[in-house]
Amino acid sequence: MLLARVVGTVVATRKDPRLEGKKLLVVKTVTPDGKDDGNYFVAVDTVEAGFRETVLIVTGGSARMAAECKDRPVDTAIIGIVDTVRLDDEKAVVASARK
Amino acid sequence: MYLGKVIGTVVCTAKNPVLEGKKILVVQPLDPQGRPSGKPVIALDSVGAGAGETIYWCRGREASFAWYPAEVPTEATIVAIVDRVNVPGGSKLEPGGRK
Repeated sequence: MLLARVVGTVVATRKDPRLEGKKLLVVKTVTPDGKDDGNYFVAVDTVEAGFRETVLIVTGGSARMAAECKDRPVDTAIIGIVDTVRLDDEKAVVASARK
Repeated sequence: MYLGKVIGTVVCTAKNPVLEGKKILVVQPLDPQGRPSGKPVIALDSVGAGAGETIYWCRGREASFAWYPAEVPTEATIVAIVDRVNVPGGSKLEPGGRK
């Protein structure tokens, strides 16, 4: 699983019928200390994430196990909205939330 | 499966319902000698691992089998707490344990 930040949305009219009604977001991966990682994914949103929120994404076959993604052509899903990331060697708590 | 060390925690309030009650940790992968190898990953905990402990974790679709037959959307899961690693030349890995 990876941490990522929501940076955009994807709109697709023609798509696999099993993706209808699913929100597609562009996410950019970040490291646990909040820095950009340089990778992008298009992810199906299962938790009503919003713009600029830090989220938890799951990739690969496991993404299909997320609620609402069973038996659908999905390989990246947003499965959580991150409140905080706490690293043992830093006192600071990396908060995300909406900015 | 890979060796790693727990270096932090992630808190999500809004998350996929399947993840409720599951602990999300930040893991730094290690090589058998105990040196960091690669970027930190976000992993679910299935064994009650704690801060600073040496653990091993598995990746990919198999990661969700820790909760089989439940289908949990995870691609990295902590599946054991390491007591000792024996490799030629010795390992600097400390026994897992809270200090």
